[in-house]
Amino acid sequence: MNVRRNLCAAVLASAFAGAVHAQESIGGAIERELETYRSMMKSDPWSNPGTLDVDRGESLWKTPAGPNNVSLEACDLGLGPGKVDGAFAALPRYFADAERVMDVEARVLWCMEKLQGFDHVKLLVRPHPGAGMPVKDLGAIATYVAYRSNGRSFAATFSHPKEKEMLALGEALFFHRSGPMDFACSTCHRDSGKRIRLQPLPVFSKPEEARRIVGEWPAYRVSAAHVMTMQHRIYDCFWQMRLPEVELGSDVSVALISYLVKQAEGGEINIPGMKR
Amino acid sequence: MEKRRITFVLLVCIARVDPSCAQEINDIDEAKIDAAMRAAFPKANVDWLSRLKADQTIAGCSQYKDTPPAAPTIAARERASIRYPPDGELMGDWKRGEQLAQSGYGLRFTDYPPTRGNGGNCYACHQLTKEELSYGTLGPSLAGYGKIRRSSEADTKAAYDKIYNSQATYPCSLMPRFGTNGVLTIEQIKDIVALLMSPESPVNRP
Repeated sequence: MNVRRNLCAAVLASAFAGAVHAQESIGGAIERELETYRSMMKSDPWSNPGTLDVDRGESLWKTPAGPNNVSLEACDLGLGPGKVDGAFAALPRYFADAERVMDVEARVLWCMEKLQGFDHVKLLVRPHPGAGMPVKDLGAIATYVAYRSNGRSFAATFSHPKEKEMLALGEALFFHRSGPMDFACSTCHRDSGKRIRLQPLPVFSKPEEARRIVGEWPAYRVSAAHVMTMQHRIYDCFWQMRLPEVELGSDVSVALISYLVKQAEGGEINIPGMKR
Repeated sequence: MEKRRITFVLLVCIARVDPSCAQEINDIDEAKIDAAMRAAFPKANVDWLSRLKADQTIAGCSQYKDTPPAAPTIAARERASIRYPPDGELMGDWKRGEQLAQSGYGLRFTDYPPTRGNGGNCYACHQLTKEELSYGTLGPSLAGYGKIRRSSEADTKAAYDKIYNSQATYPCSLMPRFGTNGVLTIEQIKDIVALLMSPESPVNRP
């Protein structure tokens, strides 16, 4: 309330200088240009290079690999071994075999480790691609799995006590400030219509806005020329918050994803999205 | 003038009906959050562990989702952390201030070893000079900041304080506490104050 009131007061202060109207007209023109660019990119779904990684992920899913030389087709994503269609739409969920709540990436990681015999530590050394490099195998597989829920709605139930606990942790973490900048997720993603520089910020505290955004991830990021997964996106937020490298599949990232998915409940999945 | 008064009334009404304005509390155990945070950053260098732990003010802001019940206590505590230049001069060089306002460099895990000083990254959230069109809107526009305030001494100090520790002015402000948290030095803060307040600064040019 204080923050809101202070922002209102500050906006009013600039209104007296006659600056607000000028600011809105410049900002509005820039925003319209950017929207044209985005809609051009979206107009032809086959122009999205992220679809190549969906295919790559499918091939990785079906091809025997790792020390055990088996495919991931026996991997249980929550609907039974090998059942991929619709699995992503019901994640995150509690997995009794792992005794924890997992999102798609934590689960694919688990299957690569337990079924294929890959080394957990090695999988997590550099789990995300640098700019210009393709998404790692784990991310490509997760993208394929997510793609096979396209057209469905987010429908994770969060009914198991561990799922409820994870969701509550995610909401608390969304507002949890830390690091030298005192940032929380909510610093940038709570109020509508805000930008960093020219980049509009998605709002996750409001379900009607979260529903439009969360179903676009994993997404192809034009500026980095690769598919970026949700775990990678959150890793990047923590980097910007001046926090250390968050581990892929950690409870913190799974909890935040649980919160985002809950906020986006009922929103349609349509991946890979196309981002700046 | 009439139009502006209407705007004010509208904003107040929106704040009243917006349920997110009501005070909300995170009732999850702080120790549980801390444990999850410690476990989630296994690659963190020992020097960085303090970044994961919130101080009393920030823990309270998180708990109350930035609408704290004890705002005056927070303001007093944060004000006590503000340090001033020994000579009392609060304005530096606005040209260096503009460079700091543009730079988002520093303190990210890819910024080590540092190749230059930390930036203030003001443009990420604020409009400042009219020349820079790439500005964010998380904070209010600061165009004409000093001109509106007629470059008074009290307002110069208020600007310094706000940058050094935003929460001394607005408890649980979203803005970083640049001085208190060691993001910017006193000299750097003076340069940014000059960018805001100096009559020569492009922020105050018509």
